[in-house]
Amino acid sequence: MGKIIVMTSGKGGVGKTTSSAAFATGLALRGFKTVVIDFDVGLRNLDLIMGCERRVVFDFINVINGEAKLSQALIKDKRIDNLSILPTSQTRDKDALTREGVEKVLNELSKDFDYIVCDSPAGIERGALMALYFADHAVIVTNPEVSSVRDSDRILGVLASRSRRAEQGLEPVTQQLLLTRYDPERVERGEMLKVDDVLEILAIPLLGVIPESQAVLRASNVGMPVILDEASNAGQAYLDAVSRFLGEDVEHRFVTPQKKGLFSRLLRRSA
Amino acid sequence: MAAVSSARQGADRDGPFQLRGNSFTMMVLKVNDPASPDFFTQLAVKVRQAPNFFRNAPVVLDFEELTEDTPRFDIAALVTNLRALYLLPVGFRGGPRAVHEGALAAGLTPMPAGRAAKLESAAAPADPQAGAAPIPAPPPEPVYRPALLVTEPVRSGQQIYAEKTDLVITAPVSPGAEVVADGNIHVYGALRGRALAGVSGDTNARIFCHSLEAEVVSVAGLYRVSEDFGNDVLKKPVQIFLRDGYLHMEPQ
Repeated sequence: MGKIIVMTSGKGGVGKTTSSAAFATGLALRGFKTVVIDFDVGLRNLDLIMGCERRVVFDFINVINGEAKLSQALIKDKRIDNLSILPTSQTRDKDALTREGVEKVLNELSKDFDYIVCDSPAGIERGALMALYFADHAVIVTNPEVSSVRDSDRILGVLASRSRRAEQGLEPVTQQLLLTRYDPERVERGEMLKVDDVLEILAIPLLGVIPESQAVLRASNVGMPVILDEASNAGQAYLDAVSRFLGEDVEHRFVTPQKKGLFSRLLRRSA
Repeated sequence: MAAVSSARQGADRDGPFQLRGNSFTMMVLKVNDPASPDFFTQLAVKVRQAPNFFRNAPVVLDFEELTEDTPRFDIAALVTNLRALYLLPVGFRGGPRAVHEGALAAGLTPMPAGRAAKLESAAAPADPQAGAAPIPAPPPEPVYRPALLVTEPVRSGQQIYAEKTDLVITAPVSPGAEVVADGNIHVYGALRGRALAGVSGDTNARIFCHSLEAEVVSVAGLYRVSEDFGNDVLKKPVQIFLRDGYLHMEPQ
């Protein structure tokens, strides 16, 4: 049975799609059969970030509606063998996501894949609820600023009350924090929240800190998950995060301007 | 929990009516001198202080101070004048025989004397609105109600209400969350959201927290917003309570 991971945040523009693409690619690089699904119906972006937008014929909604088979809609990544993308529809809206339809697709995927990464849309409405409903694990993508932290807190509350695991009284959805667009220099100047500030409010384990990086935009524009840019800070940080997700003990990098201090404190909090 | 009901109750629910006991909190208007010319002017002043609290509030008239020697007065007129102030007299207690009979004739229900405020559900049309004024509530039911214990962080957007009991939280309360109790609120963690204790009017309710970073705190309707918190309490272990009609915040 595949494990269902949701990338969610509440707030928009914090890096859910970038992180979904990078994280799924990272898992595939480590040899796991991985699929990444775009739940942002009507605002289809994942295919662009993954660089497969010109190969989309059928999509997630077609499969839900029985208009296409799952195998027809899945796009195999050209760079990595174990990686598939399930794009969404640009013409429909979130109402096209039915719980039964989503469940059917996820059940089918979990027979073949080790990890199913769900790229959630922003908000706490239907699209986001459907993306997180079946999750086993949630990666909360947060920027180091107050509104993003508050929205992440809200989404944690939704996970604890409205996910399938919550409704059926199963083991709760496990949660980890991915702090993105972190700029240690601005943190130093007091213009951004510190890692510790965010952890204090959200009170969940830290999966990784992704530094603000030119490489992210560059990678998006050429349709390459940034994790494949191994020379970049952001790419390395995502590789570290994937290792931590798989249970390895990896030191947090890119957290301070000079790589000194603070680490021991952070390490204690990391999962 | 609402889904838990016996088969018999389920059958009742389908019938055209249900009969069951219920208790309501009501104000008692103690009538000391019904003949006083100031009676209604002073009462009107009182009502104007908290119009929403008093509007259409059911009232029990307490005639226990009256004796056989009290000059006769028109109970029907008293009821009419109270209704003019949007109070709804529904019952009475005590009083000499003549008053008793007059009250019955005016359509008031005799209430059992003493503390017990039990009545059958037909009597009162509605609960008095939970108001903002710190009006002393009747003592809580003598039955032991265990505190509501919350061990997970209370997240932004979540609301937790401890009905007729205390609320104990062993985790932080996030900004944008709301924790509400009829009794005390204890937060063994940082209180960053809104905390409202004694919402049904218990002025003895208190709020305790390990670190006060709240947006709003309130006891029995008296509130204070974070802007008004002093540095002596901010981010410190604090106890919040009412004394002499003021909200006190004391670092622990």
